[in-house]
Amino acid sequence: MKTEAMVEAALAPSDYLVVAPVVVCLVFGAILLMIRKRIDWHPFLAIPGFFLVLAADVLLLLKVAAEGPQTMMMGGWKAPFGIAFTVDMLGALFVTASGFVAFAAAIYASVSISRTERRYGFFPFLFLMMAGVSGAFLTGDVFNLYVWFEVLLIGSFGLLILGSEHEQLDGATKYCFLNLVATTLFLITTGYLYGLFGTLNMADIAEKAGGFENDGALLTIVVLFLVAFSAKAAAFPLNFWLPASYHTPRFVVSALFAGLLTKVGVYALIRIVLMLFPPQHAELAPLIAWVAALTMLVGAFGALAQSDLRRLLNYFVVAGIGTIFAGLALVGGEGTPGAASLASAAAAATPDVVASAAAPLLPAAGNLVVGLSGAVFYALHSIVVMTALYLAAGTAARIAGSSSLRDMGGLWRGKPALAALMLVFLFAVSGLPPFSGFWPKVVLVRGAFQAGLPWLGAVILFTGFLMTVASARIFALAFWRNAPEPAVAGVPGGSFDPQGEASPALSMAPLLILAAFVVAAGVMPQWLVTLTDIAARGVVDPAAYLGSVFGGAS
Amino acid sequence: MRTIIFRFTAPYLTALMVLFSIFVLLRGHNEPGGGFIGGLIAASALAIYGIACGVVAVRRSLHFHPMSISAAGLFLAVVAGLLSLPVGSQFMTGLWVFPTVFGTELALSTPLIFDIGVYLVVVGSISSIALALEERESD
Amino acid sequence: METALSLVVGCLFAVALYLLLSKHIIRMLLGVVLLGNAVNILIFTAGRITSVAPPLIPGDASVPLTDVANPLPQALVLTAIVISFSFFAFLLVLAYRAYQDLGTDDTDQMRVAEPENDGPPPLGY
Repeated sequence: MKTEAMVEAALAPSDYLVVAPVVVCLVFGAILLMIRKRIDWHPFLAIPGFFLVLAADVLLLLKVAAEGPQTMMMGGWKAPFGIAFTVDMLGALFVTASGFVAFAAAIYASVSISRTERRYGFFPFLFLMMAGVSGAFLTGDVFNLYVWFEVLLIGSFGLLILGSEHEQLDGATKYCFLNLVATTLFLITTGYLYGLFGTLNMADIAEKAGGFENDGALLTIVVLFLVAFSAKAAAFPLNFWLPASYHTPRFVVSALFAGLLTKVGVYALIRIVLMLFPPQHAELAPLIAWVAALTMLVGAFGALAQSDLRRLLNYFVVAGIGTIFAGLALVGGEGTPGAASLASAAAAATPDVVASAAAPLLPAAGNLVVGLSGAVFYALHSIVVMTALYLAAGTAARIAGSSSLRDMGGLWRGKPALAALMLVFLFAVSGLPPFSGFWPKVVLVRGAFQAGLPWLGAVILFTGFLMTVASARIFALAFWRNAPEPAVAGVPGGSFDPQGEASPALSMAPLLILAAFVVAAGVMPQWLVTLTDIAARGVVDPAAYLGSVFGGAS
Repeated sequence: MRTIIFRFTAPYLTALMVLFSIFVLLRGHNEPGGGFIGGLIAASALAIYGIACGVVAVRRSLHFHPMSISAAGLFLAVVAGLLSLPVGSQFMTGLWVFPTVFGTELALSTPLIFDIGVYLVVVGSISSIALALEERESD
Repeated sequence: METALSLVVGCLFAVALYLLLSKHIIRMLLGVVLLGNAVNILIFTAGRITSVAPPLIPGDASVPLTDVANPLPQALVLTAIVISFSFFAFLLVLAYRAYQDLGTDDTDQMRVAEPENDGPPPLGY
């Protein structure tokens, strides 16, 4: 009776990789919550669980690199009727980066999170949040994307109020209300989108959007999406919830929030605004450029004004979001990609992956491919580096007994390895060579000049300069100078919380893992540039994406 | 609230409501009902029991912690989706079997397992919030 | 019918935004509830109000025989109701805890996480 609407083809188990990251997260989260009385087992189950997630992410990335976008239709209903899980290079890269930092954070959490907080459900909430993050990166349906946003929000709420301190309740109230309003705006826009198109499948919308050119209603929808995702990504002027809340939870929670949650907003912006509605995006590009410049400046100046290490890092997150947005503002241009000149050097080394990158470009999209490639690279770098910075700051604050720059000091002498790692991450976040932050900034600055926005390139460089100053201040005050005299009793120094036992070896391991990526992407950027280039082309010309959704289902 | 009449009738009312919630859960595939609304009915039954006889009595009668119940539900729902892996069909495809038990044909399916999972998730999470609020009230 | 419902949606959004702009958490909570309901009606209206026949397909057919109501907005609204309901429950508990702990529901006075007059960081050593 219903065979016409169903997918008939049998699947190989490897096709299940498309949903594997979400399924593994949910299964492990559920199991850990069921054995809530045996909290000693939690780390020993959670770390292999996150390793499994990471393994599934990497296999998925390899599969997408080899075979192109992959689709799985929930329940076997054909597109556009069923909910599609579609993963292309963009989604695969983001999901792999998220699995990578979650694995590192899980190792860190196993030593830094106390038993009471584990009993409260730290690891189950972490898995729930990761299920939401992975689902958002993998889904091919606008409403489903909204649902994953809410799943990750629920998980993040649980993590945010872990411990129920005054500060956390204060920060959580602001975070919860503002994020709820932002996701509601997303839902409102989804309602309008459905009213206009009669479908919510991304591939279906991309096909039909051509018929709505110069349509005011569609432009309104795209602007609303831009506002909703900018609020999620903490772009100026909707960034104020982030510095108000990200420094209140545990360091490892801050680390994951800073690394992942804002990037989900960036990803959704790329996926929906850039991929589905290119003409409208081109119209809005000057606005995005202004937002990007102001976000970068707010982030950099905010970082300079802070005296608490974690609140300073909050502003680094905002500045990073601005840099990513700068890449999304580049439009027009010839079909000669600038990033490909970097990629072409790698072409000889990895011919199998590059085969699709050599395809001719769409006309008048050259700058967007360059900008997008740089933005994706910067986003991946930012995911890893921001997580690493918060984790390193957590270790430093635990040793120094405070997270205020007024009270920290002398860490270089006591912990040279930690200081060296911190220096690596600070170099990377400021965009100095030879670390991972340098190359995407090169691509972005060059792309901005090519696209006729030299002032935007100048702002990127100026922001890099200000962030170098702020980073130097962190290193000079917290690590280089001698430890200051102990503060007067009764004057609490910053938002430090002494809970959690220090176990140096295990809390250094995740930092080393993350530093390995930062160095690898800085010294040998070609492989990553190749991948982000494929991702950018897949967004600018989504033919392969559409083919996967509709072709795979027939 | 804790009048003798209420305290006497609440256990019976709770038992009836839980029974009714299971009925609503099972008829949900083709008729109004299903896991979510069934779970809400069961959670409100537990809330009534809690108002009448105290939160401690509810926790004792549940035996498992509410969050563990909803975790079990989540697990069940994911497993229901994964059952399509061995048959080689897409994730969450509905699979049906029709065994005959005592001369009656039963329609068992993965959507039913998924619905039972949803039921448990709702019962667990809503009753844990309700119990937390009731506990706070009695402070 | 759609016009009337659009007006309802507009009024609900206006009231919800007014409440959300308040300084007091309790009013913001009410705003969140209204906002959720406004969105639900909006999605419902966006799916067009056509027929009232339930979208059921007889067992021997593969398409509905008569005009039926659009089932997709109903499914979307149901999901949105579930989500907004659970979020409201969570926010209620959170707001209550914050009120108990911080002793205020005035957002202007909730400055624990961001203390005023924190001063600049040390500029040298």
